Amino acid sequence: MSEFRRGMKDGIPVGMGYFAVAFTLGIMAKNIGLTPIQGFITSALINASAGEYACFMMIASNGTFWQMVMMTIVSNARYFLMSFSLSQKLDEKLSTAHRMLIGFDVTDELFGLAINQKGKVNPYFMYGAYCVAIPGWALGTALGIVAGNALPVRIVSALSVALYGMFLAVIIPAAKKDKVVAILVIISFLLSYLCKDLPFSDGTKTIILTVVIAGIAAIVAPRKDLDDE
Amino acid sequence: MSSPMSYVAIMAIVTYLIRVLPLTLVRKPIKNIYIRSFLYYVPYVTLSVMTIPAILQATQSVYAGALALVVGCVLAWRGESLFKVSVSCCIVVFILELFI
Repeated sequence: MSEFRRGMKDGIPVGMGYFAVAFTLGIMAKNIGLTPIQGFITSALINASAGEYACFMMIASNGTFWQMVMMTIVSNARYFLMSFSLSQKLDEKLSTAHRMLIGFDVTDELFGLAINQKGKVNPYFMYGAYCVAIPGWALGTALGIVAGNALPVRIVSALSVALYGMFLAVIIPAAKKDKVVAILVIISFLLSYLCKDLPFSDGTKTIILTVVIAGIAAIVAPRKDLDDE
Repeated sequence: MSSPMSYVAIMAIVTYLIRVLPLTLVRKPIKNIYIRSFLYYVPYVTLSVMTIPAILQATQSVYAGALALVVGCVLAWRGESLFKVSVSCCIVVFILELFI
């Protein structure tokens, strides 16, 4: 059980960060009419900031089933890569049951914790971290929906940019390290801004722009350096 | 689709499959360099597209959103933590909207 407790300890800063970000996600969920319980269930089941944000966007714009499936794949595609990478950090003999449990919460931050471990990752370490991170995320969302109702407009307006701040904290350092990513970020900003008045929903626009921009980038600037991804 | 929770159910199932399939089924890394490159670029493009113009439309005043964008970019460039960048954007909007 010591691995489990070690995981819980490492999970504390992750859980605290999640709580704050999920709170603002809750405000967004409130705006599209979700109840605190619905928000709690959403965050307990999905555990993906950008993904859940996209999900709320789809609910608001009344997207279709296939739009929703596509949106999910696009906004959460990076977890596919992370899970690939994480599979190399698991003991080959680790049972499928363990793998299915670990797969429940592969996020940017928890993947980071796992990759930081020396050698193979003990599944109980991951479960310990999950036990702190998932409640932080789910409770934060529910409380955001509850308190979002009571907060003055000024505060809600300020908190509503927290999620975008978080997005910036992911994309800007990557752009600083990598010229191709920097160019992609600038192109994405510009095209997204230029497309803002087109008669597509935000969800559709995100899917189309992502597939087109990342697709062209993969052909024009394929990466030969992804082994340590 | 009618119920918001049907959207949540779809996303929960598809997201779980995205996360669990590589862990359970595929044990070797992707070889195709174009698919790998595409998957590598996707998150940055998606997050960029979702940030603009949304950050300019989220706040009461468009100027507050714009300043939050600039401050967020500068702090993130300087390598500040995710939490600090996020909170700083909020504070910028709060202070600016006191005066607008």
